[in-house]
Amino acid sequence: MSGPSIMETLFQRTLEDLIKGIRLQLIGESAFISKAMEEIRKEIKSTDLQTKSIALQKLSYLSPLHFVDMSWAAFHCIECMSSPRFAQKRIGYVAVSQSFNEHTPVLLLITNQLRKDLGSVNEFDAGLALDCLANIATVDLARDLTPEVFTLLGSSKVSVRKKAIGVILRVFEKYPDAVRVCFKRLVENLDSPDSRILSAAVGVFCELASRDPRSYLPLAPEFYRVLVDSKNNWVLIKVLKIFAKLAPLESRLAKRVVEPICDHMRRTGAKSLMFECIRTVVSSLSEYESALKLAVLKIRELLMDEDPNLKYLGLHALSIVAPKHLWVVLENKEVVIKSLSDSDSNIKFESLRLVMAVVSESNVVEISRVLLNYALKSDPEFCNVILGSILSACSRNVYEMVMDFDWYVLLLGEMSRIPQCQKGEDIENQLIDIGMRVRDARPELIRMARSLLIDPALLGNPFLYRILCAAAWVCGEYVEYSTNPFELVEALLQPRTSLLPPLIRAVYLQSVLKVLTFCIHSYLRNKSSGLFPFTDNLEGVVSESMSKGKTQEASDLPTPAQDDVFNPRISDDNPYEDLPLENNGEDSKFDSFEKNGFTRESIVNLLNLIELAVKPLLGSLEVEILERAQNVLGLIELIRQEFPDQLSPRKEILAKEESEVSKLIRSMNDAFCEELGPVSVTAQDRVRVPEGLVLEENLKELDTICGDIQPSTSSFFAPRYGERIEESLASDLQNGEDSEPSRESTSLLIEHRKRHGLYYLPSSASNDYPLANDLRSGENDRDETEDFVRLTAQSLAPKKKPNYSKPRPVVVKLDEGEVTLSVASKKPSSKYDLLSGVIQDVLQETNLMDKSSRKGKEKVSSDVPQGSKENVQDPEDPRREKSGLRKSKHRSHGKERKHKDPDQVDGKKDGKSERAREKSSHRHGRKKTRQRAEGPLNVSAQTPVIPDFLL
Amino acid sequence: MGIRFILMVNKQGQTRLAQYYEYLTLEERRALEGEIVRKCLARTEQQCSFVEHRNYKIVYRRYASLFFLVGVDNDENELAILEFIHLLVETMDRHFGNVCELDIMFHLEKAHFMLEEMVMNGCIVETSKSNILMPIQLMDKTS
Repeated sequence: MSGPSIMETLFQRTLEDLIKGIRLQLIGESAFISKAMEEIRKEIKSTDLQTKSIALQKLSYLSPLHFVDMSWAAFHCIECMSSPRFAQKRIGYVAVSQSFNEHTPVLLLITNQLRKDLGSVNEFDAGLALDCLANIATVDLARDLTPEVFTLLGSSKVSVRKKAIGVILRVFEKYPDAVRVCFKRLVENLDSPDSRILSAAVGVFCELASRDPRSYLPLAPEFYRVLVDSKNNWVLIKVLKIFAKLAPLESRLAKRVVEPICDHMRRTGAKSLMFECIRTVVSSLSEYESALKLAVLKIRELLMDEDPNLKYLGLHALSIVAPKHLWVVLENKEVVIKSLSDSDSNIKFESLRLVMAVVSESNVVEISRVLLNYALKSDPEFCNVILGSILSACSRNVYEMVMDFDWYVLLLGEMSRIPQCQKGEDIENQLIDIGMRVRDARPELIRMARSLLIDPALLGNPFLYRILCAAAWVCGEYVEYSTNPFELVEALLQPRTSLLPPLIRAVYLQSVLKVLTFCIHSYLRNKSSGLFPFTDNLEGVVSESMSKGKTQEASDLPTPAQDDVFNPRISDDNPYEDLPLENNGEDSKFDSFEKNGFTRESIVNLLNLIELAVKPLLGSLEVEILERAQNVLGLIELIRQEFPDQLSPRKEILAKEESEVSKLIRSMNDAFCEELGPVSVTAQDRVRVPEGLVLEENLKELDTICGDIQPSTSSFFAPRYGERIEESLASDLQNGEDSEPSRESTSLLIEHRKRHGLYYLPSSASNDYPLANDLRSGENDRDETEDFVRLTAQSLAPKKKPNYSKPRPVVVKLDEGEVTLSVASKKPSSKYDLLSGVIQDVLQETNLMDKSSRKGKEKVSSDVPQGSKENVQDPEDPRREKSGLRKSKHRSHGKERKHKDPDQVDGKKDGKSERAREKSSHRHGRKKTRQRAEGPLNVSAQTPVIPDFLL
Repeated sequence: MGIRFILMVNKQGQTRLAQYYEYLTLEERRALEGEIVRKCLARTEQQCSFVEHRNYKIVYRRYASLFFLVGVDNDENELAILEFIHLLVETMDRHFGNVCELDIMFHLEKAHFMLEEMVMNGCIVETSKSNILMPIQLMDKTS
């Protein structure tokens, strides 16, 4: 590069030219900018600082607005920064603040320049350096420049001192030991008569206190004085934020500040300050009734305001207060519910959050109804948010809130039919989960599943596939509760199922297999048990479910017509027409059951139907479908051998009763009857590690890393060997039949269970399901807002125990009384811990050393005899100092994790990590004991500081 | 942290000023600004001025063709930030006289200078208009 030609300097485009150029360009913005960049790259290499700085100025204009990389110009930034001319220096500083970060390689080169400018007599130079430091300070910079910053904290120039205070936050964050040097001066600035310095200092303390409030409790008197004396709303807001953090830690402090805060709330005309007062009261001082009442009054004013901002904030304040004082939300329920249809989505979300906060088992039915109606009217996004929150609220803690599962299952069905519903996966999981956990819900579940399956229209909506998948699974698994298995088969095989994705179709086919097995089994059982067809367990279940008020629905079905559909080829010729009649004569109570038609003819129809529908699937390319289709057809093939043709006389079949097929069917049915139950999340822990298997020790570390990832219980299945096997076994014995295969299979299963029974549910648990009855509470489908309000008015009223017509069915829970997977507590980052440690140290020293001089000046504590304070503190001193010493020793270990709050750590630590900890080095152990010792010490050491202010 | 970033964006979604108080790479900035602009510019006058975004809040206000967007921590006082935006606009107005988008475009460094005086490290440190403008006026005089 040759020296700067005079032409270059003369004809350099200024920033203004560049901006004008961008606005007038005809070649396209990006092309223009890349051209400009070429220019800049050339100009910036110039040895003339003026040319260079203008090039840099243009670059730092383009970089943030047009996302142009400028990291390559780092060195040029430094050159400009060291220019003696302020304008050029400023351009350099702006560029540095904009583009430098911890990874900038030339960062170390600026330390000296910064030091020089920080010490400059020109306040603007110092100001530039401070601004820059606030943006880019790294650990090294913060450490090296702490003395300069400390000097400036006492600067006589207000603008410099103010900026020095602003920079402190970043310095402390990067280099906690700076606290030892600077903290005292920082605190002194709280006493400054200059409002600008005070405001900067309060701002810094607000940020510091929000990270670790406890360390700043000793400064409460200073903050209190600001709260009472200051007239500046900005400062007051910050101080209120500090007190919001401190008050929960020290009840005497809360008592002291509650009055001034209420005063501000009453007096102020500024909405921002008033809102801050409200927020402070509802979040931290809500146990003071008069303050809370005043805050609630003000919240109401906000809610009633036309301004959407204030309304939003009102709702926000309600959501803060909701967990502790639900009545406040209930008082304002009209506004909240009306806000659900606000035009502003933020307000809608906030009010939905509030509504979800008041949901309880006594009003969940009404609220869900209201929300579902809003969901129907809302845009797809909000609709799904509503559905999502209903789903998660109802399933919380294993359906804790749901008393009536029939209602809930119907609700899930209703949700599925909402056109915008995209919650397929959640609903799928819940349907299956409820099926496994709540036995009493199964009849309703299968009825709902049936209604979803037989609707061909639903197969056109891809969002529903997951739900249909669950419905198909439910139909196969709990077919014994079905009123009409044939209909189910028909629904599962309807032509439009070809629209389904292959894996879901495979579930459909599997369900067909289960239903088929069930039908054949019931038919054979029916035949073999002769005169007592209904003593059998399985059919007993069916008949039982029939008698539960479903007879009507079943008999409504035009069964003969259905049969026609099943197989038109045979329907006109029906030699076994008398069979149902015969049974009818036997017992009219089971009329409808016979209409279900486990007749020979209907079975044959069923076989034909399945064969017809499944055969084409043998050409499927999807393995899952192919395999399952093969299974179904193979089974049918076997059965066909026993039903050679439909005209064979009945006797023959009776004779062949105990043939291979019936054995096979029986054992298959037994296998399908095993109940699937939820599996405990801790089941894996209870499996003993086989000998010789060495688990990687290192993996234990994963516990700390993945502690917060909790596997969902609902996604695990395992067969649960409930009483059903034993019952069927017993009934087999009772019947005195030769049931070799089934016994064989069940005995195998029982043995398996014995071996692995550890982590299966005890079979007795499932024996005492109470019977659900079908009393249905009247549904409300008014849909005007006013009605909702009235409706919820009843339901939101805090009644203790709802009067339900039936007891809540048993919900299988697994992890009760066990240690749930501990979620790793969120620990504040070590940086802040270090910081708080130093601050506590410093405050302690400050209190000892200059207490007399400083406190003497203060009005608040002036009436307190100094001696008493000294007395209270003296006994603590040696220990404090020791702990401080140890702490500093520890810090030399670098960035080790350090836990501030031993209670928290000890309480939440789970066994594994403790073990891991014990194994780890001795140093760790020492650290822990130190923490233990320090924990109570902190409290006892700090509390004495405040009382003299509070008394 | 308090304030995380301050953006000025015009109606067409072009960024006119961007000031960040935490380091983000260019790509992160581009993505962030895109998301925010899409979210906020679609809102109507009747809707409230606070938008929740990722794990923080955006407080915004529109003046003529220019949107002022401030990203703040969740527990920051939203109304105070609105007042802060207004103070910023008033300050610029006092300096430029009937401030408009073009003023900010052509005097971006001055706008940055004002922000530097008002905010440090995400904390508001100066709220007096004359104090904010003092150094700029001095600079204008000397140059």
